[in-house]
Amino acid sequence: MKAIVTVMLKTGVLDPQGKAIGQALHNLGFAGVGEVRAGKLIELELAETDPEAARAQAEEMARRLLANLVIESFRVEIAPLEIPG
Amino acid sequence: MKAGIVVFPGINRERDMAIALEAAAGHKPRMVWHHETDLAGLDLVVIPGGFSYGDYLRCGAMAAQSPVMGAIRAHAARGGHILGVCNGFQILTEAGLLPGALLRNASLRFLSMDCWLRVERADTDFARHYQPGAVFRSPMAHGDGNYFADDATLDRLEGEGLVAFRYVTQEGAVTPEANRNGSARNIAGLYSPNLRVLGLMPHPEDLVDPLMGGTDGKPLFDGLAAALAA
Repeated sequence: MKAIVTVMLKTGVLDPQGKAIGQALHNLGFAGVGEVRAGKLIELELAETDPEAARAQAEEMARRLLANLVIESFRVEIAPLEIPG
Repeated sequence: MKAGIVVFPGINRERDMAIALEAAAGHKPRMVWHHETDLAGLDLVVIPGGFSYGDYLRCGAMAAQSPVMGAIRAHAARGGHILGVCNGFQILTEAGLLPGALLRNASLRFLSMDCWLRVERADTDFARHYQPGAVFRSPMAHGDGNYFADDATLDRLEGEGLVAFRYVTQEGAVTPEANRNGSARNIAGLYSPNLRVLGLMPHPEDLVDPLMGGTDGKPLFDGLAAALAA
């Protein structure tokens, strides 16, 4: 399976990068942009073929390495592996 | 004092640290490569500054998972002394040896300048050669030094007296202007509950000789050498 892990700063943690992106969008003339938050997206190819087992693996990886739970939260999506060809 | 400096790929301040430790202890520290797992015999383990593993994922996240970290945890568990500076502080928080995290500087700018630090307590092996409340100058150079912890953790750290140093004005006042990276409660450095692990963002090792422009950082290393003298 493929796991897609999205890591975002927790609500309440200052996100200066998101603020800077929002300001730059405003400078480019995009009106009506509210709060902007920046995060990370990590794609994992997993040998595991069971979706729920793959999700559990990816969540464990996120807790132990991919996210720092002091400042970040994460969510995991599971998708079929795309076989090239 | 038998000191070891842990070197990860991408660390670049280990030689500055070695100069400061040698000047204080009278002999060269041991350089410890990140694959090593035996720290027996060391009184002090130092994690210096730099950009371990290219700051990939988060500053210090990769180093916190490296082979030597198990030995560093064991060193901490047996009451050994640890000093983490800059990237070393980030690594200690990522490894869970100190609470909180270091975020991107609030200004988003990499800060390379001197700052003023106030000694919050002097009854530790790290600060014993400073006066309590003393203010000293220290270089700093970091992009991610904005200390963050939730309010409950900050209250506990303050209540237990674990704040080591704060960013202040030259006169010793805690102000937003003195806090260039935006750290919670102007926190520049923290102790573990047993006061034997210290993490801080600025670089006292870069101000230990008149040739460097001052000796404000020297008492930290002299104090450690005196406390850990065999």
